[in-house]
Amino acid sequence: MEQILLKHTRPGQCLTFDEYRSVAGFVALTNALTTMTPAEVQQSVIDSGLRGRGGAGFPTGKKWSFVPRDLPGPRYLICNCDEMEPGTYKDRVLLERNPHLLVEGMALACYALGVQHAFIFVRHGYEQAAENLRCSIAAAHLSGFLGSNILGSGFSLELGVHQSAGRYICGEETALINALEGKRANPRVKPPFPAIKGLWGQPTVVNNVETLANIPAIITGGPLWWKNTAATPEAAGTKLFCISGHVVNTDCFELPLGMTLGDIIDGPCGGMRPGSIFKVCIPGGASTQYLTGAHRDVPMDFDTVAKAGSRLGTGGIIVFDQTTCMVAVTLNLIRFFARESCGWCTPCREGLPFVQHTLERIESGRGEPQDIDILREHVHMLNYAFCALAPGAMGPVDGLLNHFEDELREHVSAQRCPFKGVHTC
Amino acid sequence: MFAMIPELLKVNLEQRVSTAITNREAAVDVMKELQRHYGWLTDEALEEASELLGLSTLQLEELATFYEMIYRRPVGRHVVHVCDSISCWAVGGETLLKSLAQLLEIAPGSTTADGAVTLLPCSCLGNCGEAPCMMIGERQYGRMSLEAGTQLITALRNS
Ligand SMILES: Cc1cc2nc3c(=O)[nH]c(=O)nc-3n(C[C@H](O)[C@H](O)[C@H](O)COP(=O)(O)O)c2cc1C
Ligand code: SF4
Ligand code: FES
Repeated sequence: MEQILLKHTRPGQCLTFDEYRSVAGFVALTNALTTMTPAEVQQSVIDSGLRGRGGAGFPTGKKWSFVPRDLPGPRYLICNCDEMEPGTYKDRVLLERNPHLLVEGMALACYALGVQHAFIFVRHGYEQAAENLRCSIAAAHLSGFLGSNILGSGFSLELGVHQSAGRYICGEETALINALEGKRANPRVKPPFPAIKGLWGQPTVVNNVETLANIPAIITGGPLWWKNTAATPEAAGTKLFCISGHVVNTDCFELPLGMTLGDIIDGPCGGMRPGSIFKVCIPGGASTQYLTGAHRDVPMDFDTVAKAGSRLGTGGIIVFDQTTCMVAVTLNLIRFFARESCGWCTPCREGLPFVQHTLERIESGRGEPQDIDILREHVHMLNYAFCALAPGAMGPVDGLLNHFEDELREHVSAQRCPFKGVHTC
Repeated sequence: MFAMIPELLKVNLEQRVSTAITNREAAVDVMKELQRHYGWLTDEALEEASELLGLSTLQLEELATFYEMIYRRPVGRHVVHVCDSISCWAVGGETLLKSLAQLLEIAPGSTTADGAVTLLPCSCLGNCGEAPCMMIGERQYGRMSLEAGTQLITALRNS
C-alpha cells in the first residue's frame, strides 16, 4: 500500500528537516516556483480530486477557486489544527512525525492562492506538534523556502503558529477566524463565506492539516498518480484513519481511501480484542452516525459512507463490542456536545442539555415511551441551529433511533439499562 | 500597575503584542503567559493583560471565560485533566476519574484542601489511540491503568 503522508516516518520520532530534504522534501515547492504558474498549481489540485480531510470533504481545488483575485488587500490561508473531535488524533500524529510536509504544503497552497501571510491554528495540548512546526518554519526560513522572495521567484510568505486554549467550536471555520482575531469564538453568519470575507474581513481559505500535507505529493507525483493511490476508481488519494475502542491495534494508519470498513478492522486494526465481538462503530469522529455489522463492506470514502447513511468525517473510527450500551454511548457523546456548545443560539444551547437529560433519564431506568418521540423531534429541530455543531451532535442520536430503537425501548420497558453489570468498564 | 510581574516577562509580552497583526490577536497568548506566572488568571492578571493589549477587561473576560484551559478561579499547584470523551470512556476512563477522585478525596472539578491538586474532567485530549488518557499540566499520559494513575497522583501530592 502506497504511503504518502507517513512515508519515511517512525512512530514517536520527528523527521528532521535535513532528513526531509534528503527524501525530496521541498522539491515540489522548488518545481512549482520555477516551472509552474499559481493557476497550474491550483489546476493540479483540482485534477487530483483532493477533498478536504477536516470533516466535510469539500473539494479543495474548488474551494480555492472561490477566492476572488482582484480584491485589494491581503488574502489569508489558515490551517485548521484544532482537532478536538473525540476519536480523532491524526493531525497530531502527522505533525509529531513530519511537520515539514505541512509547511511545504502550505507554501504551495499560498503560492496558488497569492497569500503572503498564513496561520496554523493549533489546539491546546498539542505542544509537541506546535514546537515541531516552529522548528520546521525556522529551518525553512534559513534554507530560503520561507520569507521574502523565495528562491528568487518574487513570491514571499510568512507562517505563524497560533496556540488555542481549548474549545471544540474553534474548529468550525468561522468561529476559528474569530478565535484567531482574538474574539470570542462564536461562528459567523454565512454568507459571506470566508473565501470572500474571512480573517480581518479579507478573503480567507481554511483547510485541514491533512488536506494541505497532501499537496507536495500531488505536485511531485502528478495529480493522476496521487488520485490512483486510492482503493477504488471513485476515491482519490490515501487517508489517515485513527482508530480507537475495542480493537487490537488502536493506532493511526495511512490507508487507501475506499478500503472497506471490514478490511480495515480485520487488517491493520488486527481485529477485535480477545473476547470482543464487533457490535458497531463510529466511522469518522463523534458527530458521525453509527455503522453496524451490516456495513462491513462499505468502502470508506466520502460518497460511499454518505450513501450508507453516515459520514467519512475525520476518519476517526471508534469501535465498540457486544458489551456496549448504545444509550450510554450516545449519552456520552451528547454530554460532550452540550458542554462544547458555544451558547450563541437557542436551539443548541437549550436543546442539547434537554436531549442529554432525556437520555440520562432513559439510561437510569426512568424513561417513558414518549421520550423516544422527544428524541426524534429534536433530531429534526436541531437542524435549525446556527452552525453545524448541533446537527452533528444529533448524528449519534439519529443513529441510535435508526439502528438501536429496540435497545432504547428495552431501557424504557424494563426501567433499567439491560447492560448494567455486563459492562466491562 | 505591573508591580507583580517580573520585568522580563513584561518585556516578552510587550514584544509578543508588538509582533501581532492586531493587538487583539495576541490576547490568548498574553493571558496564557500571565496564567503561567500566577497559576491562574487573577483579577490583577486580567488588568495587566488589559493594559498590555489596550483592550477592556470585559473584552478579555469574554475570552477568558470561554476557554477550557484558562482558569478564572484558583487552581491547585498541579492541574490534572482526565479525558471523559468517548474513546477513553470505552476503555475505562470513567472508572479512572472516579478512582482518582476517591484517592484525592475530592469531587471531580475541585481542589484538594492542601492546594496541591485540582482534578478536572475534560474533553478529548486528541490521544484516543492511547486511551484512557490524562494530562498533568501540559504533559500527556496515555494507556493509564488504575495503578499507574494512582502512582502518578500519589507522587504528585508528595512533590
Ligand atoms: C463544530 C465543528 C468543529 C470542527 N472542527 C474541525 C477541526 O478540528 N479540524 C478541521 O480541520 N475541521 C474542523 N471542522 C470543519 C471546518 O469548519 C472546515 O470545514 C475545515 O477545516 C475545512 O478544511 P478542509 O476543506 O481541508 O477539510 C469543524 C466543523 C464544525 C462544524
Ligand atoms: S449551533 Fe451551538 S455551537 Fe453552533 S452557534 Fe449555535 S450554540 Fe454555538
Ligand atoms: S477520547 Fe480521550 S483522548 Fe480522545
